[in-house]
Amino acid sequence: MPVITLQLVIFITVAALAIASALGMLFSRNTVYSALLLVFNFTTVAFLYFMMGAPFIGLAQITVYAGAIMVLFLFVIMLLGTEQIARIEQLSAQSVAAVLLGLVIITEAVVVFLLRNPTSLVVTSGGDVVSVNEIGGLLYSQYLLPFEITSFILLVAVVGAIILTKQEKPAGKAVEGEVKK
Amino acid sequence: MENATTTLYFHLVPLVVFLPLAGLVINLLIGKKLGEVVSGTIASLASGAAFVVACLLMLSLRSNPEAVVVPFAEWIRVGGLAVDWAFRVDTLSVTMMLVVSGVGTLIHIYAIGYMHEDVRLNEDPGRFTRFFIYLNLFIAMMMILVSAESYLMTFVGWEGVGLCSYLLIGFWFEKGKEGTGNAIAAKKAFITNRVGDFGFLVAMFMIFLQFGTLSFSELAHVSAPVGALGTVVVAGIGLFLLLAVTGKSAQLPLFVWLPDAMAGPTPVSALIHAATMVTAGVYLVARSAPLFELSPVGPQAVAWVGTLTALFAATIAVGQYDIKKVLAYSTISQLGFMVAAVGMGAYVAGMFHLVTHAFFKALLFLSAGSVIQGVEHGHHHDPHADHYAEFDPQDMRNMGGLAGKMKVTTAVYIIGALALAGVAPLAGFFSKDEIVAFAFGKNPVMFTMLLLAAFFTAFYMARQVWMVFFGKARTTAAQGARENPLVMTIPLMVLAVLSLVGGALNLPHVETLGKWLEHTMEGLHPAEFNWLVAGISLAVAFTGIAAGWFFYGRRSWQPGQSDPMKKLLGPLFTAFERKWWVDEIYNALLLQPYKDLSAILAEPVDQKLIDGCANGLGRMTGWFSRGIGVLQNGLVRSYALVILAGVAAILGYLILR
Amino acid sequence: MNTIPMSYYLVLSAVMFTLGAIGVIIRRNPLVMFMSLELMFNAANLTFVAFSNAFGNANGQIFVFFVMVVAAAEVAVGLALIVAIFRTRHSIDIDLMNTLKN
Repeated sequence: MPVITLQLVIFITVAALAIASALGMLFSRNTVYSALLLVFNFTTVAFLYFMMGAPFIGLAQITVYAGAIMVLFLFVIMLLGTEQIARIEQLSAQSVAAVLLGLVIITEAVVVFLLRNPTSLVVTSGGDVVSVNEIGGLLYSQYLLPFEITSFILLVAVVGAIILTKQEKPAGKAVEGEVKK
Repeated sequence: MENATTTLYFHLVPLVVFLPLAGLVINLLIGKKLGEVVSGTIASLASGAAFVVACLLMLSLRSNPEAVVVPFAEWIRVGGLAVDWAFRVDTLSVTMMLVVSGVGTLIHIYAIGYMHEDVRLNEDPGRFTRFFIYLNLFIAMMMILVSAESYLMTFVGWEGVGLCSYLLIGFWFEKGKEGTGNAIAAKKAFITNRVGDFGFLVAMFMIFLQFGTLSFSELAHVSAPVGALGTVVVAGIGLFLLLAVTGKSAQLPLFVWLPDAMAGPTPVSALIHAATMVTAGVYLVARSAPLFELSPVGPQAVAWVGTLTALFAATIAVGQYDIKKVLAYSTISQLGFMVAAVGMGAYVAGMFHLVTHAFFKALLFLSAGSVIQGVEHGHHHDPHADHYAEFDPQDMRNMGGLAGKMKVTTAVYIIGALALAGVAPLAGFFSKDEIVAFAFGKNPVMFTMLLLAAFFTAFYMARQVWMVFFGKARTTAAQGARENPLVMTIPLMVLAVLSLVGGALNLPHVETLGKWLEHTMEGLHPAEFNWLVAGISLAVAFTGIAAGWFFYGRRSWQPGQSDPMKKLLGPLFTAFERKWWVDEIYNALLLQPYKDLSAILAEPVDQKLIDGCANGLGRMTGWFSRGIGVLQNGLVRSYALVILAGVAAILGYLILR
Repeated sequence: MNTIPMSYYLVLSAVMFTLGAIGVIIRRNPLVMFMSLELMFNAANLTFVAFSNAFGNANGQIFVFFVMVVAAAEVAVGLALIVAIFRTRHSIDIDLMNTLKN
């Protein structure tokens, strides 16, 4: 059992906040609240990233996830006006089963990671910081091909999203309209 | 070709098969566009060309009479079995080729005229080409049968002609009794032949087992195996070959299909069911002579079957009213003569009778076809006839007095009838006399039976001639009958001439055919001409004819009259008339039990037990599927739950391991 | 000592992951299901970064970067799908989207 240090206290606090926000997201009836709680969860995780000396990832977490993606979520929620869904649950038994299974998995994880064979690895806080330089160097040398592929994936996603959300007009009218234009 | 001075044509032998096939293909592809005359002419030319090739082969054999094997293609090479596609040219096979293609060509020509009418009477002119396709296929198959170098290749032809027979008997498959009569007749012929083919197959297996080869050349010199087993096997070969013969050549007990086969168009009856295919059995025995010589059992059985068939079928022919049925039973009877001859070892006599019989029986059938169409013509042009009522243009009771209206047909028919009855000096006399003379020296019982059969032959032919051509016309249809066109009558005249002079092929003491065949079959028994026997058989023929005249010619048959023989013979005649109840007996003994067994197998066994099992399995699968179908409820969340459960389970397993 | 045992991070990650999985299963709103997916991604990322730190190797962070890109793409397409479905069915209840059943 490690000595209780400030680091550990901070970690446990942040971890507790992360789990609490995740739980809140799960059980919140209002989707907007869920989204906001998830943003909070992302922020706590970003905090952990900073602690582990990964400022680039931490910032990306906040800007990309908490910023861009969650804004997108909120936008869609409000666009559709589906903050709430009728409370008719067909699969209540399933929900119970899911929670139980989740508990089983968590127990299993605890058993494996903490009790059965705890790893001797440790995570150092406040140690070496992985600079943006280093990540950039890796991305443009060793991971060049995957990096390029990600750009392609994003392109496909953009195009796909546009096509999927394009308003479908009746075929005949669409053609006419285009001719007139 | 070792003989350089004369041109030899042996290498042309594959053409006897491929020329008819070429005609077939042409007609198959473009026959319908060519019109009836052209397509019929192509078919006739194909057959005629095969005849020319056969003639060339005959010329080659005259200068070089030893058998020649012309290899064509490798066929089967499995272990010790080596069967090649090879043609055998020897005097026996060329004789058959000449008969098949020669008579076949005449019948082709005749059929151009006959089928022209026939397809119109049956209201489907489009079937004209199909008929000639089948005919050419038949010629090709028959050529394979007779030109084969091995039993297996013969078997290919054997099955091929069986198929053609089936197709042609069922040519008007939608006609006949209750719309299925012709189809049933075709089926009957095919299935009965299967029994014979089974015999052929078993015989082949035994030959291969015993001698290790199926080639005729190699089998020609085998010696009898020693030991009890060998004797049994050799006897078995003979008996199973006999079974094959009884199937194809319509002998007892498998003859029942041939009379029904008359459902086919008349040229078919003439070509396949009188002149050529049914003689394949005789050819097979002649071809298998070296094997039959090995054991006395086979030949004796063959001879007895032939003799019994000859007499049995002749009696039935006496009681028939259908012009073609009479000829059909006559064919069976004459085939019995041939089979008896080859069984007794008189191969030359058997082949001789085969050839002459091909002439006069083809003539009789074709003339009968001419008569039928004449009567049918009269029926159709009779303004008072009820055209919807059943009218049988083949029933001799509906005929009479045709002599004045169909002069050519009458003349040639009488020639054919006299030849068949065995009146000297027509073809049938010499050939039949040779068989009877052979039996005289061998077996007095057979001799008597054959003579009796000959008497019946003369009698039923006389009966037929008087019923059909003389007396007064018994129906308006017979009154309106008229002669058929030249395309039909010319082949009749040619065949009539052949029937008149066919005996010259093997005159006593000259023995052209005997010397010709001697090159192929060693140790032929010389034919002996016996004035006593010749006199007896001639007397028998004339007695038969006289009896025929006494009962049928003296007083004209009146419409609606019953057969005058009925009063005289009573129940015996009924037996003739009802074909000795053979069909009924077979039905009761074989078919009915078989049907009952089938019914048991069909209803309780198949439908309840087997289908029950199958359906049960199906139903179980259905239940099971519906059970697990619940899992696929379309709810993504349920699927995710199952995945999660899987994760938990695998992790649990890894931990608890 | 500025160290925290690796196991703690792993347990935290496992708990977050499991919560995400439970979210996918028990929520009928596809938007929340997507959020739960993001939570699961996040849990995985956490382990990546933790191991990257423990081994003193930046490769883990590169993977996190890629995961984020893929997640962004996935969210873009997924949300577009939801919008399209809402247009045609006027509901986004995931339990009503079961036309492929049986």
